[in-house]
This record gives sequence, structure tokens and C-alpha cells, in this order.
Amino acid sequence: MKTVFRVVSASLVLGGGFTVLSCVAESGDPGDDAPSPNWTSVDRDTPQVGDPFATVARVLRHPRCLNCHPSGDVPKVGDDRRLHAMGVRRGDHNFGMPAMHCNACHRSANQEAAQVPGAPHWQLAPRSMGWEGLDDHDLAETLKDRSKNGDRSLEDLLHHVSEDPLVLWGWDPGVGRSPPPISHAQFVKAFRHWIDSGAASPAPGTTSY
Amino acid sequence: MKIDFTVNGKPHTVDVAPDTPLLWVLREHLELTGTKFGCGRALCGACTVHVDGQAVRSCAYPIEYAQASQVQTIEGLESDRIGEAVVNAWIDLDVVQCGWCQPGQCMSAAALLKANQSPDREAVDASMSGNLCRCGTYSRIRQAVDLAAKNLREGAE
Ligand code: FES
Ligand code: FES
Repeated sequence: MKTVFRVVSASLVLGGGFTVLSCVAESGDPGDDAPSPNWTSVDRDTPQVGDPFATVARVLRHPRCLNCHPSGDVPKVGDDRRLHAMGVRRGDHNFGMPAMHCNACHRSANQEAAQVPGAPHWQLAPRSMGWEGLDDHDLAETLKDRSKNGDRSLEDLLHHVSEDPLVLWGWDPGVGRSPPPISHAQFVKAFRHWIDSGAASPAPGTTSY
Repeated sequence: MKIDFTVNGKPHTVDVAPDTPLLWVLREHLELTGTKFGCGRALCGACTVHVDGQAVRSCAYPIEYAQASQVQTIEGLESDRIGEAVVNAWIDLDVVQCGWCQPGQCMSAAALLKANQSPDREAVDASMSGNLCRCGTYSRIRQAVDLAAKNLREGAE
């Protein structure tokens, strides 16, 4: 497992829910201060060791998840996490602006011809679940905070990451988008392991990729 | 695949591959060529139409999703008060240059005004930013959206 240690200067967070996905688009969101690892070269075979949350964090920090969990108001796209083209904005309901709702382009399945990704209820995670700039400690705290996570218990979160089609899309993202560094089954197992081991938050200052 | 849907209030049935873009069906099968092709990748907004009242990119809208839906194109935009206000404002301010992007611009403007009849500059820009205009008519587009909104508000009083 590849772990990068770095100090994170700020954690941005406000109020309510939890989604995992990614979209199409371009770069420079104020909430994005993370480096861009080469996701296609991430080692997927090394056994999980150390902090039980680290494996979960590696997945949540992958572009397939983080692109639509921005800390600002603009979704990201692609493995290099560019800002979404066409000036796409969060909008009042995390679903874009009038005339530019997410489903103006994104359907419930990937479109090969137009190369537009899609999954059911395609939308941004709420601002409160913006994860950019958070270290593993703050990420874990944010996940567990019911005032930020859509009032979900840990079991609710496990169900969400296990079943939500938008989460599952991350492992079937279509041409040109890499999936998270481990399989969905391994991710769910790691999430279960983290919960069963007490869902502790790692010490501040660690960021796992 | 047989698709039954209405376009500008008129019922249609087409028998095409389910992943055929709505834009192709409109232009090639129904010969409604007002809606334009720009990029084919949901990136320019030229092909914007309304499906069940929502603005969508018809180049990235497989026809299978249109089953039993109501589609409105630029040819039918003036059938309601908001669409009529948009078209009139576009004419009054002579917005159009080459015209290629303008059907999509009008459809997006109408979708915006359906949701918000008093959009400020930021709301107009945020909602219209997905419609590109290579002729650079953006300032006239902004003015026309403002004019249509004003006329709608005054008409409603
Ligand atoms: S032709 Fe559909 S968005 Fe460009
Ligand atoms: S008027 Fe020519 S592209 Fe917009």
C-alpha cells in the first residue's frame, strides 16, 4: 500500500450527505490542493496493513469518488481531476444550475458514443461531504459526523458504499476512466473492517493514496 | 426499438437502435433541422432541447430514454409564454450572428426562465455557460435573457 504523509492546512466542511461518482471536464477549484498521483500505476496487489481506515481513504480519495465530492462548487472530471467543462456549478440542490442540471448530459448509464459517463441519480455530493484537502483524520471524522453525512449511521454508510448504484459505477466507469485501486468487494471488506475495529479516526497529518 | 413520444405536442413513433441520439432522430427521421449538431459530445449546447420540461443535450440523449416523453424543440418553443418571450427578445435585440448556436441558446434561456424569472447576472452566466457561441454574441444573449425576464415579469403583473 502506498501511503503519502503530508500536513493538510485546512479542512472545509458544511452540512449533509454522501455520494460517490465522477463526471466529465477542466482544472483549478479553490478546494483542490491535493497532488495528482498516477492512478493507473497504483499497486493493487499489496495486502492491507496498518491503519484500517487507510484502505478506505485510498478509495475515497480516488478521482472516481473525489471528483464529485469537491469542497468547492465545481465538479472535477478525469483521472487528472480537471474542472468540469462548460462552467458546470453545484447549484442549490447539488444537481447543477437550471438549463445545466447534471442530467442535461448524464443518463443512468455510460454513453460510449458521446463518452459521457452515467449512473442513476448522478449528482454532486453535498458541500458538507466535500473531501478535497482533508487528511485521513478529517476524512474519517467527516464520514462519521451525522450532521454532515446525511444523518447516516456507520451501518447506513456501509450499506451506501455496498449498494448505491452511483458508488458501484466507480468500478464500471467507462472508457478512459480508471477504477479505484482495489476491487469493490475489497473496498466493502475494508469498510466493514474499519467499522468492526471501532471506526477510529487516524492521527492527524496522514493522507493515504 | 419502437419509441413513442411527442415532439412539440405531436405524437411520433420511430423504430431505431436504442442508442440513437435524440438529435439524430429529430434531424434525420423527423426532419426537424432547427436543432443543430455542434460537437456530439455534450460539450457545446448547440443541440439543446427540452425533454419533459428539462433542458438536455440531444446529442447525448439516447432515444431509448425518450420513450413516452414530451420533447420540445426550437420549432415549438413559441408555443408557451416563456418561449415566446425568449424568441421575441432575441429578435428585438438582434442577437443572432451566424445563428448556429442560437436554437440551443434559446432553449437554455427558456429552461432558465422557467426556473427563475428574475435571474441575476451570476445566475444567467452559470445557467448559460454550457452554450458556446463561436461568434461571440454572449453580451447580446445576456441582454436578451434580461429583456425576456423583464417582459415576463411585467406581463405577469
Ligand atoms: S452537439 Fe450536443 S452539446 Fe454539442
Ligand atoms: S451566432 Fe454564430 S455560433 Fe453563435
